Amino acid sequence: MTWDAVWLIAVREMMARAGSKVYRIGSIVMVLAVVGSVIATKLIGGDDTGSTVGFTPSVAQLAAPFQSVASAVGQTVTTSAVDETAGERRVRDGELDALVTGTPAGLRVVVKKDLPEDLRSALTALARQLALDDQITRVGGDPAAVNGAVGSASFVLRTLNPPRQHEDARLLLAIVVGILVYISIMVYGQIVAQGVVEEKTSRIVEILLTTIRPWQLMAGKVLGIGLVGLAQLSVVMVAGIAAGYATDSFTFPSALAGSAALWAVVWFLLGYLVYALVFAALGALVSRQEDVGGVTAPAVMLIVLPYVAGILILPADPDNEFVTVLSLIPLFAPFLMPMRSALDVAPLWQVVVSIGLTLLLIVVLVWLAGRIYRNAALRMGSRVKIKDALRAD
Amino acid sequence: MTDRLDIDGISKRYGEVFALRDMTFDVRAGELYGFVGSNGAGKTTAMRVILGVLAPDAGEVRWAGQPLTLSTRRRIGYLPEERGLYPKMKVGSQLTYLARLHGMSATDAKASADRWLERLGVAGRRDDEVQKLSLGNQQRVQLAASLVHDPRILVLDEPFSGLDPVAIDVMSQVLREKAAEGIPVMFSSHQLDLVERLCDRVGIVRGGQMVAIGPVDELRSTGARRILVDGPRADTGWADDLAGVRMVSREGTRTMVELDDGTDDQTVLRAALATGPVRGFGERRPSLTELFRHVVSEDVPAEDGSQR
Repeated sequence: MTWDAVWLIAVREMMARAGSKVYRIGSIVMVLAVVGSVIATKLIGGDDTGSTVGFTPSVAQLAAPFQSVASAVGQTVTTSAVDETAGERRVRDGELDALVTGTPAGLRVVVKKDLPEDLRSALTALARQLALDDQITRVGGDPAAVNGAVGSASFVLRTLNPPRQHEDARLLLAIVVGILVYISIMVYGQIVAQGVVEEKTSRIVEILLTTIRPWQLMAGKVLGIGLVGLAQLSVVMVAGIAAGYATDSFTFPSALAGSAALWAVVWFLLGYLVYALVFAALGALVSRQEDVGGVTAPAVMLIVLPYVAGILILPADPDNEFVTVLSLIPLFAPFLMPMRSALDVAPLWQVVVSIGLTLLLIVVLVWLAGRIYRNAALRMGSRVKIKDALRAD
Repeated sequence: MTDRLDIDGISKRYGEVFALRDMTFDVRAGELYGFVGSNGAGKTTAMRVILGVLAPDAGEVRWAGQPLTLSTRRRIGYLPEERGLYPKMKVGSQLTYLARLHGMSATDAKASADRWLERLGVAGRRDDEVQKLSLGNQQRVQLAASLVHDPRILVLDEPFSGLDPVAIDVMSQVLREKAAEGIPVMFSSHQLDLVERLCDRVGIVRGGQMVAIGPVDELRSTGARRILVDGPRADTGWADDLAGVRMVSREGTRTMVELDDGTDDQTVLRAALATGPVRGFGERRPSLTELFRHVVSEDVPAEDGSQR
């Protein structure tokens, strides 16, 4: 019966939370936000698909040289052969970014409004190339041979601080994971505190504690609300990854997104347990919803601090020592370690140590929070001092 | 062994303040026991000790001769003084949930919840949130919550507060039935006329101590005999010369006198008749309310004074 009661309480919590409008609307908003940001990254970085440039028959032979010139300056372009009238219409309709016409010696470019900067540089390079080829031919040289020699000229690059692979993608993942873990722990921790106070305010705690022990009530509440939070976080992340695949936005190996999501879940669970216990104990100290904010403020600060440090410092300086030290401290690890893992700057030993320390803290908190909760849950009226709650009943 | 509830010498102190001082009483199986006392006298504290949510500093609570354990405590039905329900949970599922927490199976819990909602006249509100109900209906649901797990002991803190006369009748009827099943039923109330009408025995609490216990009739007949005389012509001091008779009060033509033991009431009647016509003459026993006022206003005995 011991754990049956805990489960009964957990199920009630799940029904009460998941059945509420706030939860459903909140979930939808979070899913939309994550899916939206995935799609936004595709639109922002969307230039990779390149521009389409039409060539009229008079300059058709320039299509191939243009492509090689464009790729030399880092542009991806698609060329298509069109006649002048059709080409102009397609420029006007936005199907073509530019239409090249005229003669090799006198190039004319038609655009709808203005010439994009990258196309301008590619076309300028093309015009110069044509002029250069012309001059080489005049002095009796072979333009193809000269171009070949010029094209193969290069240099050896030595990077002192080699960049990580897919740095941008990792940065994005780190920020998304950081925000999700932060929001989830903050929201569900607060729900635990409110739930504990709700039972005190409504005095149902008196009835409940005649038939079950205080730790069962606390454990059931923490378990039920945690499962609801886990479900929401999982749905949001699955939706985000699915959106990434569906819209073809992931330009990096999918394992990166997968492992970031996995660490987010692991650290949400650990961090939620830490803070749910803290919030349950703090909530038990007061009897009115108005007092929840005041009594939980210190814990809220402990959540905000590492989050802000992570979001502000990590993107610019992933190896920051201050953040590295913070990420090993159990109270802060749940927010910083998943970001560092996503950035690929957390060595395995650090991850293992911080998980171990966090588990240790949870064991201590189970005892501490259980004691405070047991001694404070039935004391109505003014705020109970932690010192009094810790004293044996 | 009967299912008697024994409260044996329980004490509870908060810092320097005694909430309970060596309180002893028993609630017999099948008895309706009224628990009265002024606000802050220790009634709720005593009930919390009985429920096991508060550990006493001394003394113990026994049921059927055995100290209460967690499993026997689950057989207690408790109605707290203030509302003790989830405001946003539906009435039916709330009762089912509470019954299941007390160890009932899902089907039994559902059936029992439905039965009590029907019995207490709130079956139509089964799918409403508790907070949408009127205070009186909430109190009916609260009573259902204390009965839904088929308790063998009933401890009710102010069950009648906020009820209309019809609901009071329903509540009284249910309590009588439960007592008739052989269950010890104790409840606290400030509605002393109700306690007087309903209870087999009454315990009066003052300053964390039990100061009077007994059947209402017995308590009312303790103390000096009082006689109410209605003599329109009697002057203020008509009874002053009678030996063993003291005047207590005089209102209009009515005089209340108190007789020492052994004083013949007929001498009082003769003295009254000597003043003129007598319209009324009769023994007047104190109501529970008067008894209560008297007991509660007495000074705390000197031997306990040092503990206060």
